[in-house]
Amino acid sequence: MHIPLDYETLRVIWWALLGVLLIGFALTDGYDLGVGALLPFVGGTDQERRLVINAIAPHWEGHQVWFILGGGAIFAAWPFVYAVSFSGFYLAMFLVLAALILRPVAFKYRSKDTDAGWRSRWDWALFVGGFVPALVFGVAVGNVLVGAPFRLDSDLRMTYEGTLLGLFTPFTLLTGLLSVAMLALHGAGWLAVKIEDGPVLTRTRAIARIAALASIALFLIGGVMVAKGGMGLALTSAVDTQGPSNPLMSASVAAPGGWLANYGAHPWMVLAPALGLLGPLVALAGIAKRSGAINLIGTALATTGIIATVGLSMFPFILPSSIDPRSSLTVWNASSSHMTLFIMLICTVIFLPVVLGYTAWVMKMLGGRITLRDVQTNPDFY
Amino acid sequence: MDMAVVELSRLQFALTAMYHFLFVPLTLGLSFMLVIMESVYVITKRPIWRVITRFWGKLFGINFVLGVATGLTMEFEFGTNWAYYAHYVGDIFGAPLAIEGLMAFFLEATMVGVMFFGWDRMSRRQHLLVTFLTALGTNLSALWILIANGWMQNPVGAEFNPQTMRMEVTDFKEVLFNPVAQAKFVHTVSAGYVCASTFVMGVSALYLLRGKYTNIARRSMMVASAFGLASALSVVVLGDESGYALTDNQKMKLASIEAMWETEEAPAAITLVGLPDVAARTTHGAIKIPYVMGLIGTRSLSGKIDGIEELVLSADERIHSGIIAYDAVETMKADRANVPARAAFEAHKRDIGYAMLLKRYVADPRKADDGLILKAAWDTVPNVPVMFFLFRGMAALGFGFIAYFAMAFYCASACRFSKRWFLKLAVVMIPLPWIAIEAGWVLAEIGRQPWAVDGVLPTFLGASSLTVAQVWATILGFTALYGTLAVIEIRLMIAAIRKGPIEHHEPIAQAQGFAPLPAE
Repeated sequence: MHIPLDYETLRVIWWALLGVLLIGFALTDGYDLGVGALLPFVGGTDQERRLVINAIAPHWEGHQVWFILGGGAIFAAWPFVYAVSFSGFYLAMFLVLAALILRPVAFKYRSKDTDAGWRSRWDWALFVGGFVPALVFGVAVGNVLVGAPFRLDSDLRMTYEGTLLGLFTPFTLLTGLLSVAMLALHGAGWLAVKIEDGPVLTRTRAIARIAALASIALFLIGGVMVAKGGMGLALTSAVDTQGPSNPLMSASVAAPGGWLANYGAHPWMVLAPALGLLGPLVALAGIAKRSGAINLIGTALATTGIIATVGLSMFPFILPSSIDPRSSLTVWNASSSHMTLFIMLICTVIFLPVVLGYTAWVMKMLGGRITLRDVQTNPDFY
Repeated sequence: MDMAVVELSRLQFALTAMYHFLFVPLTLGLSFMLVIMESVYVITKRPIWRVITRFWGKLFGINFVLGVATGLTMEFEFGTNWAYYAHYVGDIFGAPLAIEGLMAFFLEATMVGVMFFGWDRMSRRQHLLVTFLTALGTNLSALWILIANGWMQNPVGAEFNPQTMRMEVTDFKEVLFNPVAQAKFVHTVSAGYVCASTFVMGVSALYLLRGKYTNIARRSMMVASAFGLASALSVVVLGDESGYALTDNQKMKLASIEAMWETEEAPAAITLVGLPDVAARTTHGAIKIPYVMGLIGTRSLSGKIDGIEELVLSADERIHSGIIAYDAVETMKADRANVPARAAFEAHKRDIGYAMLLKRYVADPRKADDGLILKAAWDTVPNVPVMFFLFRGMAALGFGFIAYFAMAFYCASACRFSKRWFLKLAVVMIPLPWIAIEAGWVLAEIGRQPWAVDGVLPTFLGASSLTVAQVWATILGFTALYGTLAVIEIRLMIAAIRKGPIEHHEPIAQAQGFAPLPAE
C-alpha cells in the first residue's frame, strides 16, 4: 500500500491531533466537570441544583466520549504513551475512573427519588465526579512536565519506580489546582450562557471571578517553576524522524530549563501562554458586562491556551522519564507504524467532521436558556 | 514476571468485563426494540405507542448509563493492567478501539441525550431518526470491539517487527474483514436481542399476571416475541462455529470444546454428553452422534478435525521453530544489520510467539530442553472440562430460546398471551439469556488461553509491571463500587417497573412546552 504522507509528517499531525483531542475534551466535558465541581456551591435549594444539573444533562454523555476517544486514539497512535502512562499512574487512574463512573450514575439516578438525603448524596457524588478528575488530570500533567520514574528494557517492557503519593509534589499540586480553577471557570462560563439570570447565576459569577484570578496566578507561578525548577530534557543527537518507533534508538539528556527552549526557536509559540493569560481576563470582562457569550469565549480561550502551552513547551517530548532520560517517549520514537498512523488519519478526517456536525445539530435542537420554570414543568428533566 | 500479578489482573479483567457485559446486551437489543415501537407510533400515530416507547425508553436509560460508566474502565484497562500487551499489539488493536469511539460512541452518546430530552423539541420523524441513530451507534460499537476481539482470536494482517519489538499492521483490510470477527459480531448482537426480547416479555408478563397496563403489556409482548424468535434463530444458526477451522489455536478451542483428545476419521462425530478426564486424556461415557461435528466444523464430509494430542505436537514443532526466530531477534538487538540473523528471523517469524510460551519457565527460551518444550506445548491446551460443559450449557440455552420464542410467537396469535402458565414461564426466563451470554464470554476467553493474542503473545507476558498490592487495591475498589451500583440499579429498575408506564412528575403544573400524555 502506498502511503502519500511521510512518517515524520504523520507523526507531527498525530501529535497535533493529540492536542486537539485533549483540548476538545477540556472544552466540552471540561465544563461538565467544572459544573459538577461548582454544583454544591452555586445551587442552594433542590430546584436550583436541578437547574444547574439540567444545564449539562443532555450533553455530558456525548462530551464524555472525548475522554474515551482520547484513550482509544492514544492507544492507536501512541501505544507506548498509552501503556506507560496508564500503568505508571495506576492508582491515580483508578481514582479518575471511579469518580467518572460515579458521575453518569449520579446524573441519571438523582432524580429517581425525591428524598432529600438521597439527592444530597448524589449531589456530592457529582461534586466528586467533577472535582477529582479535574484535580488528578492536572496533577498528571504536572508529572508529565517533571517526568515519570520509568525505564524500558531491551524488550521495551516498562518498569515504573514511583508510588501514588510520589505523584503529589508542590509543583504537581499547583498544576492540579490550576486545572480545577480552569475547569471551574469554564463550567461557570457555560452556566452563564445556559441558565436564566437569578441567584444561581449571581453565585456562579462570584466564584468565576475568583477562579479567573486563581487561573492567572497559578499559571504564572507554574511558568516560573517550570523555568527555574530544573525541568526539561533535550535530544542529544540528530534524530531520525522517519525511523522506527523504538525509544532506545534515540538518546536524550536532562536539560534544566529545556521546556522554554522552543519559545526561543519558534517565537510564534508564545501565542499559547499569551492566550492562557488573556482568556481569564476576557472572561472577567464578560462577567463585568453581563455577557454570557464573551464570558464563555474567554474561558474557552483560557482552556485552549493553557493546554497548548504544555504541549508546545515539551515538543518533541511527550512523556519524559525522570530516572532514565534514554527511555523518554517522544514524537519520533513512540508512535504506531507509518501505516496505522495513515489509516487512523483517514478515519479521523472522515468521521470527526461528522461528529462535530451532529454535535452542533444537537446543541441547536436543545439550545436556549433553561429556567426554574422548565425544571418544574418538563417531565423529561432530571 | 510475577504470576500473582498476572492472575489478579486476569481476575480484575474478567470481573470488570463480565460486569460491563451485564448491561451491554440489554442496550444492544432494547435500542432496536425502541426503534420498532417508535416506528409503529410514527406510522399509526396512536398515542399508546408513544407511551410504550417512552416506558421501555426509561428502563433503557437506567441500564444504558451503567453500560457507559463501566465501559470507561474497559477502554483504559489494557493500559493500566496489560501495558506490555498494549505496547506489543497496540499498532493493530488500538485502531478499532479508536474508530469505535469516533464512529459509534459519539453517535450513541450524543443521540441518547436528544432521545431523552428532545421529545417536545422536534417532529415525530426526527425523534424516530434520533432513536434509530442511538441504536445504530450501540450496535456499531459492538462491531468495532468484536473486530478487536476477533483479531485476538485470529490475528490476521500483522507481523512482528524486530526493530520496534512489537506486532505491526501489514494489511488493515484483513483485520477489518476477519471472518472470526464477523461471526462473533452477528452472534453477539443477536444474543443481545434475545436478552432484550426475553426481558420485555418477562416484564410485560408480570403486568399481565397482575392485570395491570394490559394494553401496553400485550403490545410489547407482540413486538418482543417476533423480534425474539428471529434473534434466537440467528444466535444459533449464525453461531460462533464458522471460524474454528482457521488456525491452530481455533482448532484447539474446537477440540477442547468437544474434549476430542485424538484425531478422528472424517467426518467426525459430535459428543453430546460425557465426562472429560484431563489426567487420563480421555472422555468417559461419551454419547456421540456420527458425522455431525465434521459437518459443522468443516462444512464437508471429508474434512478432518484435529484432536488435542495432534495439535500439541504441532505446537511443539512451532516452539522449536520460534526459538530460532527468538535467537535471531536477540542477535539483531546488538547488531541490527546482521544478515544471517535477519534471514533466520524471516523464515521463522510466524512462530516467535510460541517461543515466548517458555518464558513462564526460563528467562531465556534458548536454554529450554526438549522436556520443557513439550511441557510448554501442553500449555496450549485450555481447560477442557470447563470448555466442554460451558459450551453444552450455552448451546442448550440457545436451543431453549428458540423453543421459547416459537411458543411465544404461537401464543401471540393463538391466545393473545392469556395462558397464565406461559406468563409465569416468561417471568422465570428473564435471567437465562444473561447466563448464556456470560458463559459465551468465558468460553471465548478461556478457550483462547494460554494466549492473549492467539499464537502471538502469551497472556502472562502481557501484564503491566505492577505490585500485588496495587492490583488488589483496584479489585477491591471496583468490587465495592460496582457492587453498590448494582444494588442501586436493580432497586431503580424494580421501582420503575412497579411505577409502570404512567408518568408522574413532581410539582404538576400545566404549562407550555410539552403535551400532557394521554392516560391509558
